[in-house]
Amino acid sequence: MHADERLTDANFPDHPEKATLEGKNKFLGFWLFLGGETVLFATLFGTYLGLRNMHMDGPAGEEIFKLPMVFVATMLLLTSSLTSVYSVLAMKQNRVKAMQGWFIVTLILGLAFLGLEIYEFVEYVHEGHTFTSSAFGSAFYTLVGFHGGHVLFGCLWIATLLARNWNRGLTLVNAPKYYLFALYWHFVDVVWVFIFTVVYLMGKVG
Amino acid sequence: MINNEKVGFYEVMRKWLQKGRLLSLIAMLAILLTGCGDPTLSTLVPQGDVADKQFQLMLISISIMILVLVVVFVLYFFVLIKFRKKAGDDSMPEQVEGNHMLEILWTAIPILLLIILAVPTVMRTFEFDADAKPSKNELSLKVTGHQYWWEFEYPKEELITSQELVLPVDTKVHVELTTADVIHSFWIPSLAGKTDTNPGDGSKNYMWFDTGSKEAVYKGKCAELCGASHALMDFKVKVVSKEEYKAWVSGFKKASASTGDADGQKVFEKNCLSCHAVGEKGGNTGPNLTGFGEKEKIAGIMDHSKANLKKWIKDPQEYKPGNEMPKLPLSDEEVDAVADYLMELKLQ
Amino acid sequence: MSTHASHKKRTGLMDWLTTVDHKKIGILYLLSGGFFFLIGGLEAILMRIQLIKPENDFVSAEMFNQLLTMHGTTMIFLAAMPIIFAFMNAIVPLQIGARDVAFPYVNAVGFWLFFFGGVLLNMSWFLGGAPDAGWTAYAPLSTVSAGHGVDFYVLGLQIAGAGTLAGGINFLVTIINMRAPGMTFMRMPLFTWASFVTSGLILFAFPALTVGFFLLMFERVFGAHFFNADMGGNVLIWEHIFWIFGHPEVYILILPAFGIISEIVSTFSKKRLFGYSAMVFATVLIGFLGFMVWVHHMFTVGLGAVANSIFAVATMAIAIPTGVKIFNWIFTMWGGQIRFTAPMLFAVGFIPTFVMGGVTGVMLSVPAADYQYHDSYFVVAHFHYVIVGGLVLGLFAGLYYWYPRMFNRVLNDTLGKWNFWLFFIGFHLTFFPQHWLGLMGMPRRVFTYMSGQQLDTSNFVSTIGALLMGAGTIVLFINIIISASKKNIASADPWDGRTLEWAMPVPTPEYNFAQTPLVRGLDALYVEKTAGNGKMTPAEPVGEIHMPNGSILPFIMSVGMFISGFGFIYANWYAAGGGLGIVLITMFLRSVIDDHGYHIHKEEVEADIKGGRA
Repeated sequence: MHADERLTDANFPDHPEKATLEGKNKFLGFWLFLGGETVLFATLFGTYLGLRNMHMDGPAGEEIFKLPMVFVATMLLLTSSLTSVYSVLAMKQNRVKAMQGWFIVTLILGLAFLGLEIYEFVEYVHEGHTFTSSAFGSAFYTLVGFHGGHVLFGCLWIATLLARNWNRGLTLVNAPKYYLFALYWHFVDVVWVFIFTVVYLMGKVG
Repeated sequence: MINNEKVGFYEVMRKWLQKGRLLSLIAMLAILLTGCGDPTLSTLVPQGDVADKQFQLMLISISIMILVLVVVFVLYFFVLIKFRKKAGDDSMPEQVEGNHMLEILWTAIPILLLIILAVPTVMRTFEFDADAKPSKNELSLKVTGHQYWWEFEYPKEELITSQELVLPVDTKVHVELTTADVIHSFWIPSLAGKTDTNPGDGSKNYMWFDTGSKEAVYKGKCAELCGASHALMDFKVKVVSKEEYKAWVSGFKKASASTGDADGQKVFEKNCLSCHAVGEKGGNTGPNLTGFGEKEKIAGIMDHSKANLKKWIKDPQEYKPGNEMPKLPLSDEEVDAVADYLMELKLQ
Repeated sequence: MSTHASHKKRTGLMDWLTTVDHKKIGILYLLSGGFFFLIGGLEAILMRIQLIKPENDFVSAEMFNQLLTMHGTTMIFLAAMPIIFAFMNAIVPLQIGARDVAFPYVNAVGFWLFFFGGVLLNMSWFLGGAPDAGWTAYAPLSTVSAGHGVDFYVLGLQIAGAGTLAGGINFLVTIINMRAPGMTFMRMPLFTWASFVTSGLILFAFPALTVGFFLLMFERVFGAHFFNADMGGNVLIWEHIFWIFGHPEVYILILPAFGIISEIVSTFSKKRLFGYSAMVFATVLIGFLGFMVWVHHMFTVGLGAVANSIFAVATMAIAIPTGVKIFNWIFTMWGGQIRFTAPMLFAVGFIPTFVMGGVTGVMLSVPAADYQYHDSYFVVAHFHYVIVGGLVLGLFAGLYYWYPRMFNRVLNDTLGKWNFWLFFIGFHLTFFPQHWLGLMGMPRRVFTYMSGQQLDTSNFVSTIGALLMGAGTIVLFINIIISASKKNIASADPWDGRTLEWAMPVPTPEYNFAQTPLVRGLDALYVEKTAGNGKMTPAEPVGEIHMPNGSILPFIMSVGMFISGFGFIYANWYAAGGGLGIVLITMFLRSVIDDHGYHIHKEEVEADIKGGRA
């Protein structure tokens, strides 16, 4: 059997994402990559925590953060994490259509999150909280923006992946790719939970 | 200078060391190291309490480290000589996996040595950090780093000078450090180690040092890369008798801007006063020039003569690249007049 | 159904631009790292000439600051790390009995990113001046530095750093997943262990630097205020981020040298490594502790006695595993049959030199005394003892040792010894007096010093030493040129090696091992030499071998980053966006073009074995 042959229910392995050496390598390599990403976001969080009260003449976090909107955004992203779990579950049962469907839902939720975030940023800029208004502004947009960039990249990634493999079913080559996307998406989601807590909740509480 | 408890502990340490076999080594090292370098610059010729204690820490750590070096080097050369391959000997040496006893030994002994070193380390680190902030009863200084000169404010005496600190002997000095631009580091090797000057009120630093019992002019340095003329950001610390110090303070406060050289003063007031203060008047973006005629150096680096002063005024960038002083469009006569005026600025 | 494309055999330049073969990438790393090593060395010699006498005017103050910044940056990021990667690429897969690295394509991306990042950084020399804020680029000096020098620093190193990170992940996965049967973790050669730990350090240290560079870039290019105290910024954030990366970086550099020395000392003493498990444990421990000591670079910053004391004691703790290593090397030689070949000379020279760098390191860990040492020439002496006396001697040793495996030729041993003695004596002449210079009150990073401070003699000696080091390096290059011009094809196992990289003929077949070897103990080849027929026992029958195809995409992607870097430096958003566009397009192409590599047929492999080529 070649790695790029469509898998059937008969030859479907338990873990299609790790059934080949390439798959195993990608699986491990990606986990390690996420380890590095953790350091990256930890550094950004550290910077933000050091500067979050330095709003100078601009508005402070507690004045501008709009918790209801951010809460909706949080729900969107959390839900998208759940739908990507459904996708991976479907993948492991070789239910290609279901997998694709759930990934599309994930993608739409991700885009909706991005839309809300952009709307939020535009609002803040109108209220005088900009990238250059203070150290707090710089740190806020850098941290939240890095996360937003990760969401955007994830959206591009899953869209490409789905389009390229739409009619190919599951193979030992594309199964690891779907799986890694889901891993990435969970990571981005977890980072957001921290942003919601550290930036917005702590910002509101003071 | 420091509280008695700490002195007590230090005495215990010293006695313990004297009894131990490190003594002869330390004594030898002390002879070897002491007197190395310029006595107004070298950390190896310490003056005053802080530099003294730092020198002692150096001796303790060097001694322990030389002990380690000797052991390693003896083993090393023994092995290299004893176990070189002899011609014709093609036997296969025994393949030894290791030796638990030895391995425990060379883990445990370094741990012990490091504990011996860690005790005075932590002690002194806390000691130098304690009561560094300005205090009411003792001499306080505000040091501000500029590219590429030092501003010294005596808050209690209400005077600001530059480039040359004047301090009384045997005095503990509290220093508050800040900067007007980038990070510098305030270092008087003979008297105390360095501390950085960080921008922003939130990152102010404090240190203290002791001026020692000798009257001397010590060299000070900037120790943090701060731009093109980082190497030229020297300053002087004049340690004088307590009477001389008092006289200097009162002379400084009475100092007037007029020297009788009206021409030079006019040129100065027109061109220089917006940045440089003399006496009561003048700006503070450049060094305060009160008593300039009695300084040790021009711009911190050039020998103090009228000829050098004229060179400096004509082209400051030539002698201190990247500094903030502009090249003014002065005629030769004006330069000459202003140099005369400045050389005449003396304290009463 | 078979979509396996037929193998396109590329030759000449195109072969080198598209290669994904770890052996060739190793050579590329070595050549470009060597080139940058020469540039960095030249910068050092120019600085030493300027300091040969007081108040010298050989170079200007501005030029000196550019030289010192570029010397440090070039040596660490563009010379030392790439040469380490050269050996990791050339040797680690062979030592673990693998046919390839885990991600050959990513490997090529990593190399080309490093290469173009390095080129971008050095372009600054021709475009208005190099960065001048020191390799540490402390804010606000770096944020207010005029011109584009620091922008080149930020963008060049950001791109090179991304390549390094990719390389780190690649080697972690390679070592975890691709070991031959029987090659357990505790049978891995020490160099592989060191590469493993170093890769781990890269993975967890470099992202911090990535963020640091982004912050600095945002500050300089987009007007952010992370380090601007007037707008609420804090310069200490940069120092922390830089050293959270910077200290592990020191161990990223030195651990591979430890690995190389371990291999060489063992081989040329004809003994297994003394205390192997302790050596492994010490390597891991050093890597781990490396993350908890960064504040010892910041003792004079004013973090207070508590922080300084904690980090002082943590720093001292690192001396213990390091000491273990030193004693284990000495006792590996104890009772051995020491052959003083050129690689062994470098290894033997490494040991006392590194110990001296180590003990001054312990001295520096004492904060109260460090207030005197910090940012003085004492520190310069210390870290050159560790990085040149440690790492560079280790790299020279590795070069002489593995040269036959990498280039199928041997380097002349006599010239090698000349190289060693000139470099070694020059090194100590250069850096030993610098200890005294620091203690006698000379700050580091000064473009000149006044006469009459009793600093003249030591500075003069130091410069003479630097010239000798330069002479030693020239001998190395003569040696390389002579070996390249002669047809002295190396034997497969010139040193009576003990590990797997000597188990195949020269030149190394592109698939490394015709049959994956079965590893039966530590020093796998030595085990077979004494207990078998001197050859590795295969773990599999001869069969088809799967190989990855070369690709030009990594090169194009890195060109895209290079263009984008220029765009950000000059705030030209078309170039910045266009360059990133090229990167995204190559990523897109990589993911939509199916490339399953090619197979080397069983018959070809059998023919190679018969012909002695595999």
